[in-house]
Amino acid sequence: MALKLPIYMDHHATTPVAPEVFEAMRPYFTERFGNAASRNHSFGWAAESAVEAARAQIAGLIGCKPVELVFTSGATESDNLAIKGVAKAYREKGTHIITSQIEHHAVLDSCKRLEKEGFQVTYLPVSRDGLVDPADVAKALTAKTILVSIMLANNEIGTIQPLAEIGRLCKERGVLFHSDAVQGVGKIPVNVDALGLDLMSLTAHKLYGPKGVGALYVRMGKPRVKLVAQMDGGGHEKGRRSGTLNIPGIVGFGKACELAGQLMTSEAARLTALRERLWAGIRARLDHVHLNGHPTLRLPGNLNVSFEYVEGESLLMSLKDVAVSSGSACTSASLEPSYVLKALGIGEALAHTSIRFGLGRGNTEEEVDYVCDRLAEQVTRLRAMSPLYEMAQAGVDLNTAQWSLRETG
Amino acid sequence: MLYSAQVLDHFEHPRNMGNLPDASGVGMVGAPASGDVLKIQLKIVVDPDGTERIVEVKAKVFGCGSAIAATSLLTELIKGKTLAEAAQVKNRAIAVALALPPLKRHCSVLAEEALKAAIADYRQRSGTTGAAPAGTAPPTQ
Ligand SMILES: Cc1ncc(COP(=O)(O)O)c(C=O)c1O
Ligand code: FES
Repeated sequence: MALKLPIYMDHHATTPVAPEVFEAMRPYFTERFGNAASRNHSFGWAAESAVEAARAQIAGLIGCKPVELVFTSGATESDNLAIKGVAKAYREKGTHIITSQIEHHAVLDSCKRLEKEGFQVTYLPVSRDGLVDPADVAKALTAKTILVSIMLANNEIGTIQPLAEIGRLCKERGVLFHSDAVQGVGKIPVNVDALGLDLMSLTAHKLYGPKGVGALYVRMGKPRVKLVAQMDGGGHEKGRRSGTLNIPGIVGFGKACELAGQLMTSEAARLTALRERLWAGIRARLDHVHLNGHPTLRLPGNLNVSFEYVEGESLLMSLKDVAVSSGSACTSASLEPSYVLKALGIGEALAHTSIRFGLGRGNTEEEVDYVCDRLAEQVTRLRAMSPLYEMAQAGVDLNTAQWSLRETG
Repeated sequence: MLYSAQVLDHFEHPRNMGNLPDASGVGMVGAPASGDVLKIQLKIVVDPDGTERIVEVKAKVFGCGSAIAATSLLTELIKGKTLAEAAQVKNRAIAVALALPPLKRHCSVLAEEALKAAIADYRQRSGTTGAAPAGTAPPTQ
């Protein structure tokens, strides 16, 4: 089959809506357009039963009860609702929260906001592989700790955290445990009981569902988690999240979860093999390449590589017909390199040269081979232009060399 | 980020990249940790009338596509020019010529800084000051 360009390898950013998902959603835009809160007519009933079916499909994927799911506009909202909602509900009990330095901004910035309101937050470091050490969580827990929030899998380096161990610690200490599980759900097995989670954030668009719809899992028994709603309104979702439900989105989310559950085992194996093919292909063609993140405890479709001496944005730009992303400062509005890569302690110089590959359902071996060839060609071209490469070849130690530091901006 | 056709042209076909073994002045600015390092090498010949002319220029860049394009354009603008003329090339003109978005303007600043550093290096090596010798007319543009 001829290769179709451009190639999408950025499935951590978002995924296409699966055709089956799109088909499931379609009638809910036009014929079945009712409001699930309309309790007095068939249009409303049809919408409500569609929502409940979707709730059951999503609950089935993560092993919770359907009533424990609160629909939101996506994981950003779910993270905000979980962290701020718990903080406000348990303020009397304590004001300390534990999280990690590599969380998504939806978690980090929610925590920062709470710090301004008098909460204390511990941002745990991670190992060189990107792992949170459960022993660090144990050490950080105090009598005032009300919540621990650690992501299931990181969106840049794909590292999968030891949530079950952290969950046990939290349970022992009677502290609530939340996870932003966006990148892992539908890709690796997730069960809220096995992981000891009390709250978990999900979003549809990372698992071949539509954008703008997500959910927060909120445990209802042992313990029954209390939440303070973050928006006032009609009291939808049992008062936890007001706003007319996005029925087509929710239907698509449900269908996407069902599909992901069916495909998980085979896709995980296929993507792991593709990922290994990509990494082997890169190493066979280029030297001075470094893997970022954990070698095995990582999402099947994730590969994050630093191509030393080549700035990441210039490499992205060179790979014209391949969609990937970079942790380089030059790609960010803040002109700061990725804080996730910084937290690994690999050094800013390597962070600037990183590329994230996010393999997904559509990707093939042919595409991986094509990307390897383009990478080899373009990294070689850019290295030929790089003053750093020639210095390194000449034996100069770039870490101890004198640099004229300027102010950027 | 969407790039202008000018940036893409220079990025895909960068001019004057490489090394000058017999450079008269070398300027390197930036740092790997800040994500950009730029090196400019100049070969300068002094004409019988004392005019210093850039007869050859080569550059190397570690940086984003805009930094590569800005450096490439800068080398084009200064090649064959007198040092006095080259010193007039400003990052602003490069940013405008490449239609750099605001976030990428600093990449052209770096190119100008590398040029200044290369000229300063030449001055130091040659023991010249760059001040116009008495009796000569100021350079015209
Ligand atoms: C780990 C993680 N959390 C949260 C989000 C935000 O999700 P959403 O786009 O649904 O708000 C993302 C994706 O951008 C993510 O990767
Ligand atoms: S060199 Fe970093 S933005 Fe241009």
